[in-house]
Amino acid sequence: MKARPTNMLARIYLGLVLAFLYLPILVMAAMSFNSSQFYMLPIDWTFDWYVKLAHNTRLLESTRNSLLVALATTVIASVLGTAASIAFFRYDFRFKKVLQAALFPPIAIPWLITGTAMLLFFFWSGIGRGLHAMILGHVALALPYVIIVVSARIKGFDPDLEAAARSLGANPWQVIRHVTLPYLAPGFIAGALFAFAVSFDQFVISYFLSVPGVSTLPVEIYTAIKKGFTPEINAISTLVIAFSITLLVIVSRFYRFGGDR
Amino acid sequence: MASVTVSHVNKSFGEFQALDDVSIEFADGGFYALLGPSGSGKTTLLRQIAGFSFPDSGEILIGGEAVESLPVEKRNIGMMFQNYALFPNMSVFDNVAFGLMVRSTPKPEIKARVGEALELVRLSGYDERKPHQLSGGQRQRVALARAIVFRPRVLLLDEPLSALDKALRLGMQVELKRIQREVGITTIFVTHDQEEALTLSDKVGVLKDGKLLQEGPPRELYERPATAFAATFLGDANLFEGDVDDGELALSDGTRLRATAPLTGVGKATCAVRPEKMAIAEEGEPPLADHNLLEAELQEIIFAGNSLSYLLRRNDIHLRVFAQNRATAELQPGQRVRLTWRVADTIPVEA
Repeated sequence: MKARPTNMLARIYLGLVLAFLYLPILVMAAMSFNSSQFYMLPIDWTFDWYVKLAHNTRLLESTRNSLLVALATTVIASVLGTAASIAFFRYDFRFKKVLQAALFPPIAIPWLITGTAMLLFFFWSGIGRGLHAMILGHVALALPYVIIVVSARIKGFDPDLEAAARSLGANPWQVIRHVTLPYLAPGFIAGALFAFAVSFDQFVISYFLSVPGVSTLPVEIYTAIKKGFTPEINAISTLVIAFSITLLVIVSRFYRFGGDR
Repeated sequence: MASVTVSHVNKSFGEFQALDDVSIEFADGGFYALLGPSGSGKTTLLRQIAGFSFPDSGEILIGGEAVESLPVEKRNIGMMFQNYALFPNMSVFDNVAFGLMVRSTPKPEIKARVGEALELVRLSGYDERKPHQLSGGQRQRVALARAIVFRPRVLLLDEPLSALDKALRLGMQVELKRIQREVGITTIFVTHDQEEALTLSDKVGVLKDGKLLQEGPPRELYERPATAFAATFLGDANLFEGDVDDGELALSDGTRLRATAPLTGVGKATCAVRPEKMAIAEEGEPPLADHNLLEAELQEIIFAGNSLSYLLRRNDIHLRVFAQNRATAELQPGQRVRLTWRVADTIPVEA
């Protein structure tokens, strides 16, 4: 079912919502190409800020850290989360209900509090701070999202499909490869995207767990803004947005979320 | 193609004995129905033959080869599931080709054989459709094509028609029978629908509480049920309980009934009579020599167009009589009538 905004009022409303969502981003992207540091109009187009960015080792390094932490988080959280979802679906065990219920509070607890708790715990346990601590923290944050997303997909799985594949002569590996994985893939990809986003966007916990000289992009941007805003930040932000949009487009070309393809 | 032999198979789930010393022989090329109520063990038996579950004890042979410890994928069986279990992400072609693909069949051969199988189930030209674009009946045909395309030794069907509406079901019964004949594959199918079992199969096994009660061709099973359960589960039956007296059945009120053969043994006995074998005798009609006679009170007449059901009562026995809708004397509820039926239709059964 597709609803079409037919009257004028609805069109204006839609326009306002879209403007509210995208205008700030567009302004920022435009300003990253403006040679004036003080947002003077009309725009005097330039790539200067991108060139400067290319020499800003602190921003580049923090971007690299962010990607590293986000990728590690994605891999670990997707694998653990998918395994947990399969276990929840397929097996009955003690405290299963308790464990499932325990997934939700971490989503509701403010990150500031989770971050404080992690900082205390990592300090007390000797894990300390740094990228490894951030990965640990981000995995903990991302896991509930992955499990919820992947579980939603698995719930619709008909175990008879695996039985049917076996009756047709497929060995366990062929069953997984041709039946189970293709079915789970959209859920798995969605879960992985969530994990990546949770980690890449994360500020509070990364801020608490960073050590001087080793931080992530959001933390570095925050520190830079405190010192004084430069359009280099517009430039890196625009690149990040372009990256995220490309990723989403690629994924949505292969999978339609929410429906069976 | 192959015969299937099940001998002395036992299977328990905890305290519950799902199969209790079951032995059956499924002949090569036959169409065999396993009939029973839910919990009778029929599906458990099918799963042992398929290899989804393994018997606690006993033997299963397919084509003379002992398979009871082989997993399902090594047994070379074709199976159709109740909900068809088509792979939703694959086209009709890929679904049917699956069994050949996992056997590493060369591509051109896969193409040819999938084409043949789709033609057999009359779905040529549907290759590229996805399962969700098919009707229930079409999905069923895809499931059948997928189960037989790799020429399995046995075809197992788990309540294959129960998800279809009645009109479609009757059409598929004919179709299933035609395809089974054409392919000549040994077929075992599980159902709780007695009519389906009688129509489709050339042999029926009745299960109850994990035991095989009786087996035989549909007609024999219907005409000569061995137990009261088989008589009532496979069609309708009126049951008479009484004492054995001089080879006859003496009811509590003294009426004596003769059975197919003189009753042997002593003590209690039960006889079954099919409702359509009984008739209401015309007023003043003399009793026939080889017939039983019983007086009863007519309680209700159920009109169903071409047929009539009479519900009657005699003391504490409730009886049913089926009759064709032929113009006869008008009968009224509350009237006393005489029921008559052949001695040869009075079947002694185990209670």
